[in-house]
Amino acid sequence: MSRVRLWQLGLVAGAVVLLEVLCRTGVINSFTMVPPTQMFAALAQAALHKTWFWPDVSYTLINIAAAVAISVVGGFLIGLGVHAIPRLRQALDPIFTSYYAVPTFILYPLLIVFCGIGPLSLIVMGALFGIVAMIVATLAALDRIPRVMLKVAKVSRLDPVRTTLLLKLPAAAPHLMTGLRLAVAYSIIGIIAGEFILSTAGIGRRVALSYNNFDNPTMYGLLVLILGFAAGVNALLGAFEQALHRRWYRPS
Amino acid sequence: MSARSRILDYTLLAAGLLIAWIALYRFAGPEALSPPLPTFERIGGFLDSASFWDHAEATGIAFLYGCVIALIGGMAIGFALGVNRFAGAVGEPILTTLYSIPKITLYPVILLIFGLGVSAKVAFGAIHGIFPVALFTIGAIKNTSPVLIKTARVLRLPRLTAIRTVYLPAALPEIVTGLRVGFATTLLGTLIGELFASDRGVGFILVRAMEAHRVTDIMALTLLLFAFAAGANALLLAVEHRIHRK
Repeated sequence: MSRVRLWQLGLVAGAVVLLEVLCRTGVINSFTMVPPTQMFAALAQAALHKTWFWPDVSYTLINIAAAVAISVVGGFLIGLGVHAIPRLRQALDPIFTSYYAVPTFILYPLLIVFCGIGPLSLIVMGALFGIVAMIVATLAALDRIPRVMLKVAKVSRLDPVRTTLLLKLPAAAPHLMTGLRLAVAYSIIGIIAGEFILSTAGIGRRVALSYNNFDNPTMYGLLVLILGFAAGVNALLGAFEQALHRRWYRPS
Repeated sequence: MSARSRILDYTLLAAGLLIAWIALYRFAGPEALSPPLPTFERIGGFLDSASFWDHAEATGIAFLYGCVIALIGGMAIGFALGVNRFAGAVGEPILTTLYSIPKITLYPVILLIFGLGVSAKVAFGAIHGIFPVALFTIGAIKNTSPVLIKTARVLRLPRLTAIRTVYLPAALPEIVTGLRVGFATTLLGTLIGELFASDRGVGFILVRAMEAHRVTDIMALTLLLFAFAAGANALLLAVEHRIHRK
């Protein structure tokens, strides 16, 4: 293991141990935060013995998967369309650049009126969060396709569909991965936020319930689960993205 | 592209959005969306009322504090990790992970630590903004031309002088990009903090409107916030373009 990895591990472990000590000695009182060991214990307890745990986890995961699928496929197609019309792109640009500065989930109550309380509202919420990141990444990716490739497509008389599938998609793959990673991160945020605000099931709702019941260990346990899951997925996709970059742009 | 055709584009875009809005309203009915005209009237009503400006001031102050912490703290972290190669290699992945986690899930923690009020909002804004600023600053310093760094070393500049006279000017354009992103995410964080945890501020009126299901208010506030965010973003983007051109 490299020195850098050792230091990283040491820093993270040190922070956890420090938190444990501060909580155990009462510097941080137990109404504010519980020691990390207790968080993990509560998480294990919930996973093994609580009947709500697995249904809630799978509910959230299925919704996230659906939202990611919609935002990635929809974002790519919209990006493709917008890229083809430069004037439309220029007109839409202010929307894209300031989209993430507005808390989109203020639209969630309106969505509930549209789609009812249930998975559909949550999925639309997550997709709304993720899709713009994918559109922007698609635009950036298409910008970077070398001109010569498009000329080859023209010379070979490929039709637009085959140009997209055979040429644009693979050539843009590494940058599309960036979009995928962001879309996943944003979809997770959108769905968890929606579950916090109003829903009938899901891990986000469980966090809100534990918070309201002053059940701090369970709440922190679930937070650790959510944050760990998000960070893990992000790290995995990030590693894949870098591998793609290295393969595509290998110095030759 | 000429200025005139650009104005035409924006007009067409605005018209398109308006048509989409009316179509959605026809489709969904008044309990889901408010029609354009009453919404704009409500925006005018908000801008006219003194109580709205009280709330806007509360949001503005929290946002300002959050921004100061996020921008200065982020740049300090960025410089500390950017100038020292090893510290950067250790710290950057940790910062990236912290940036990627859904910070909205931390709202109960922030509430438990800071209680209801302005400090919770500031904390929420700052944790949203500090990581992008730090990451952009690290990236900016990493991209500084090695010749400049070697020159600073040859001249035996003390570290602080080197940062002030070499690293900062060289990295400034990218840092400004980071500040713009940090500005947007801090605004987002402050508003989220207000939605969940406050008794004053624009986010607070919004959450009240949500609970009472006053659709016109929700739409009017959403549009106001979007206009503010888009306007501020456009302004910072213009500053950024000027600095990048130099």
